[in-house]
Amino acid sequence: MASRTGEIGAITAAGGVGLLIIGSLGFLLPHADISRVSTADFAALRFTLLQAALSAAVSCLLAIPLARALFRAQFWGRAALIRLISAPFILPSLAAVMGLLAVFGRGVVLNDTLAAVGAPQISIFGLGGVVLAHVFLNLPLATRMLLNGWGSVPTERFRLAQSLSFRRREMFVHLEWPMLRALLPSIFAVIFLVCLTSFSVALILGGGPRATTVELGIYQSLRFEFDLSRAANLALMQTAICLLAVVFMAAVWRPAGFGAGMDRRVQLRGDWLDGPVIALAALFFALPLAAIAARGLAGLIDLPNGFWMAAGRSIFIAVTSAFLAVWAALMLAMARARGAGIWAELAAMLPLGTSSLALGVGAFLALRPVMPPQNAALTLAILFNAALALPFVYRLLLPACREVQAGYARLMTSLRMPYWAMLRVVFLPRLAPIIGFGLGLSAAMAVGDFGVIALFGAADQPTLPILAARLMGAYQMQAAASVTLWLILIAFALFWLFDHLGGRDAGA
Amino acid sequence: MLVLDRIKLSLGSFSLTADFNVNAGARVAVMGPSGAGKSSLLLAMAGFIAPTSGRILWSEQDLTPLDPSQRPVSMLFQDQNLFPHLTLLQNVVLGLTAGRRATTAQLAQAEAALAQVGLAGFGGRKPAQVSGGQMGRAALARVLLQARPILLLDEPFSALDSDLRHQMLDLVVEVAVQTTATVLMVTHDERDAARFASHVINVDHGVAQPPRSR
Repeated sequence: MASRTGEIGAITAAGGVGLLIIGSLGFLLPHADISRVSTADFAALRFTLLQAALSAAVSCLLAIPLARALFRAQFWGRAALIRLISAPFILPSLAAVMGLLAVFGRGVVLNDTLAAVGAPQISIFGLGGVVLAHVFLNLPLATRMLLNGWGSVPTERFRLAQSLSFRRREMFVHLEWPMLRALLPSIFAVIFLVCLTSFSVALILGGGPRATTVELGIYQSLRFEFDLSRAANLALMQTAICLLAVVFMAAVWRPAGFGAGMDRRVQLRGDWLDGPVIALAALFFALPLAAIAARGLAGLIDLPNGFWMAAGRSIFIAVTSAFLAVWAALMLAMARARGAGIWAELAAMLPLGTSSLALGVGAFLALRPVMPPQNAALTLAILFNAALALPFVYRLLLPACREVQAGYARLMTSLRMPYWAMLRVVFLPRLAPIIGFGLGLSAAMAVGDFGVIALFGAADQPTLPILAARLMGAYQMQAAASVTLWLILIAFALFWLFDHLGGRDAGA
Repeated sequence: MLVLDRIKLSLGSFSLTADFNVNAGARVAVMGPSGAGKSSLLLAMAGFIAPTSGRILWSEQDLTPLDPSQRPVSMLFQDQNLFPHLTLLQNVVLGLTAGRRATTAQLAQAEAALAQVGLAGFGGRKPAQVSGGQMGRAALARVLLQARPILLLDEPFSALDSDLRHQMLDLVVEVAVQTTATVLMVTHDERDAARFASHVINVDHGVAQPPRSR
């Protein structure tokens, strides 16, 4: 029944992703050398797993009181606050790190105050700093997912509980705990997976034998030691732990939702903790952003050499990779919704099983005999960023594609629409808001990407994150802050622009 | 002539058989209790459900191996007959273009079809901006342009009140006469059947009876 033409796009997308990923990883194998795996490599593995598990656990734990408070509390600015805590979603991780450094770093307000009262200073470097940054970046995701969880407990059940005069403890045991128990493993798994491949956080806040992640190890072995077999070893190690984490995630994944009842909000009595919890969270998210703004604003006009070229490069990478990611996700999600086999889903999820730098090493090894790899840095950055965004955009699009298919498949068939007409007349307009959101999300993710370009060290063509990191490395903190501020502004502008172009009112 | 040649449909827990002819140009009400398989019978004729055995023929051509989009059938469903993001005119012109770009001539034809069903001047509105009856009219305007020999109606007007439904049925008769279509319509209402049908098919206890004239 499904037309063959429809599958050509999906097969092309699946083939492209497969070739890129399996091809890149394939080139690692001849260089890998198990006998050379060192204690340092195991230390990196241990640190990677430890920081990812801690980051995920702390994010989950903090998200519980925060989401609970946000769900119950009614106050002016609630919507704005929820939007503020969503901001780190699309905040380039480099920017987050800079902001946290400005608040928690040495010689800044917080530590000066602590020193003044004789308290021990907080060190943002090492395990604590890495976890702090990961919590900053991922607590919003955990909070949003839990907020949806609370919202999905049917209103009637809260009413019933209230009419039975449940006290706080019974309420928790009978209503909230089952929801948390169902959702928390999924949230933990997704944050764990994201933190496994985090690079810029570890690069700036980690390092040294005690705080090196596998991803950082890949970078160091290729850039500084030029030890190809160690790079290949670590890249394979990274891929192995990512694959295991994906399997773990698939095993515990439970989509949110507890039957109907999202419409009406319940009036729940808050408690005295809600206020302080919300205020602390707002401070935690607002301070680093404010600190970058404060530092960077002064130099916002007086920009370092090469800034505009770097900005142009970053925007080009972001926009092209976003379109590529969304195109591939749309082809695969449409094919899946229209009855294509599990292959479409596997292709879309494949990039989750590896990391940007692991792919980068593979591509480096593949290209080296043919051309100087840094000449391909820009192209690869586009391809890899598109691939890494693909699983997320696919997940966004699939339910909507299924909905369109369920609602209109028969009508489209009865009207004898060819595939391209379905795409142009029905799917694109019906999915426009989600496509816009997906483009915005992928563009924002890519604009802050630091991985492949840094790995290839295309020194003469830096992107914005590279430029910011270089300035930071040269202790030009104000210029670094200005560039980072621009990076944030561009990420948010791209997100806003695409999300807005999609329009929220398509449909009725 | 539409021929259902020893058709057998398996519908989950039960099956439905049908073995009869419908004369070209007949207007047939398909009646019977809920869950008897009336909709499934129509969906099988349209090709959305494959029969486990038997053949469906139209003018001696075997339709059974054909995809729904290759059959000489237009169909209105219980709901979702219009795309909510398109205007009425854009929805109606799909009957001619199947989603390709519309020519000026095709748009003019669509305008004329809208006017014929009493929706002159409504072409620029979206479905959410018109009433349920007007949505039904727009869907019929599209059927008019499709002009296919067989028209299947799976209770598309059941949400309308009876006065409005009767207007729709009169319009269906008009469309059927103009396109010389053979019409099969699922209905629950004897008066609806009386208003529109020349024949009735009863579906009950796993059998679709041959049409008898009213």
